[in-house]
Amino acid sequence: MKMDKLIIGIIVLALLVGLPLILAQPEEPTEKTIIINAQQFSYTPGTIEVNKGDRITIRLISTDVHHGLYIDGYEVSTDARPGQDGSLTFVANETGKFVMRCSVTCGPFHPYMIGYLKVKPDYRLFGSIWLALGIFIGSILLVSRRQKP
Amino acid sequence: MTEKILGLIPVDWRFELTSLPYVRKIIKSRWMPFLPIVLNLSVFTVILMAGFVGGVSAGNYNFGIMFVWIVWWLLLMMVMVPLFSRIWCMVCPLPAFGEWLQRLGFMRVRNKLFGLNRKWPKSLKNMWVVNFLFLGTTYTTGFLTTRPIATFILLMSIIIGSIVLMVVFEKRNFCKYIGCPVGGFLGLYSNMAVTEIRAKDPQICKDHKHKDCVIGNEKGHACPWMILPFDIGRNTYCGMCLECFKTCPYDNMAINLRPPATDLLVDKNRGLDEAWKAFIMLGIAIFFFLIMQGNMGFLKDWANAKTTEGYLTFVALHSIFNLLLIPGVFFVFVYASRTLGSKEIPLKKLFTNFSYTLVPMGLIAWIAFSFGILFPNSSYVLHVISDPFAWGWDLFGTAKFPWTPFLTGVMPYFQIGTLLFGLVLSLDIGFKISKQTFQKRDEAVRGFIPIAAFLTSVTIFLIWLFTG
Repeated sequence: MKMDKLIIGIIVLALLVGLPLILAQPEEPTEKTIIINAQQFSYTPGTIEVNKGDRITIRLISTDVHHGLYIDGYEVSTDARPGQDGSLTFVANETGKFVMRCSVTCGPFHPYMIGYLKVKPDYRLFGSIWLALGIFIGSILLVSRRQKP
Repeated sequence: MTEKILGLIPVDWRFELTSLPYVRKIIKSRWMPFLPIVLNLSVFTVILMAGFVGGVSAGNYNFGIMFVWIVWWLLLMMVMVPLFSRIWCMVCPLPAFGEWLQRLGFMRVRNKLFGLNRKWPKSLKNMWVVNFLFLGTTYTTGFLTTRPIATFILLMSIIIGSIVLMVVFEKRNFCKYIGCPVGGFLGLYSNMAVTEIRAKDPQICKDHKHKDCVIGNEKGHACPWMILPFDIGRNTYCGMCLECFKTCPYDNMAINLRPPATDLLVDKNRGLDEAWKAFIMLGIAIFFFLIMQGNMGFLKDWANAKTTEGYLTFVALHSIFNLLLIPGVFFVFVYASRTLGSKEIPLKKLFTNFSYTLVPMGLIAWIAFSFGILFPNSSYVLHVISDPFAWGWDLFGTAKFPWTPFLTGVMPYFQIGTLLFGLVLSLDIGFKISKQTFQKRDEAVRGFIPIAAFLTSVTIFLIWLFTG
């Protein structure tokens, strides 16, 4: 009986982990140019969403002081001053959310000047959510087992 | 049958670290913790000077800001609390002046303390004051973590406040109940620690009528934290000052290695003050993330007090979220737990007991949050150690070291792994608490389901917030 539950649990877990991989269908890659305005202490838009494989060119425009833009994971950066835009190009071949940070000290809140690059489909996010759900179901199955008398 | 944490380590497993002769010798010396306090004080002197004279512009190039809010905070959350309980309280230099004044000396033992030695009101012997104090301090996080002078003012306020209040109130009431903003969460989260100070053989203490650890003797002070060292049930209020090691005539005190989170299973002295501490800490981790690592510029402007209306909105939302919204949502799940489990259990008891499941979840959330500070920002430390006062020095040749984020590409995996481990640990503790609280196992299983659902939902939310 216990073994049955364990097997069911493992199957449910495997299904849950695998589900997002089945559901998430990547879209056709394209070429995109995105304009990001930098102003103390945020980027506009705060989030840019692209698809895996897209060739992205970011044009960085500063409207106040010297700002930078560094993308975690991709490790590419550019900077811009008022009237002197920055630019960077890369292929979005890694999926998930990546933080875009200001790389030039621009004032008190500089370390908190952050935007997001989201490259879809986000297997990592879906996978971890389903893993958390698997842990939940597994824990319920585990505690529901009958105790030895 | 002995319960096991995560099904692996028996709850009652212990290894006595002080059984190692050189460890015991160090712990029993009166140089401990005096020496680390003095060393720590020298670092804090630099921090205070850097806060006062080291520039008022960007905090990322200030020694005070970097060492308090990056080095100290990360060490506290990621190393000290989970591994060594309240070891920070052992070496904290901030109340040292007050304590030396009480003792009218640095290392000598003097059990008749200088000052008014007033007792702290019994009704306030809990975490409520420090709950509000810490929440109030976080209203100024936009300044504290970015303006050196704000960090200077905070630290000086604690030092001066501790001197004044330790002359009025006896012993360590200041640290325990009154004035330390971080004392509350250090106490609550130290229940997670894998170390503890306990009596080795309770029977020896029971037979010993003259409780030297409580009243002090010529070798050491009466417990400054006003607990009963022979009956420490939880780490919460043990400040690890080591006085009981000195006073015990039977050498009966020990520092033990133990499984994590065992104190959360102690069904004694649980209270709503600690429940709210758990809610507040979880809420602050979320709000701090939104301000420091989020992409919403308007929220940063609010926290940065760009406009008075914005700042007040931030304070109001922050307070409502932490004091009402999180407890309110948690209450709904506790109510469902009672409905499914047993209606014979008082709702307050259920609410209080299950709130301790948020301790592992909260600490883990803080650790996951801290990765987002550690990996991108720690290279600033190399700059500030070479030029601590922004005077153009280059002490170690690293003053020109550029900002260099590291491992930021894999950081989300660290965060997800940590959060999922936190979920597993919270669920494990949650079911153990459920079994303690409900009378029958079937009730405990049913009552656990809504709590497990809550913990899972919070984990998914945090994964989404941090990495999605």
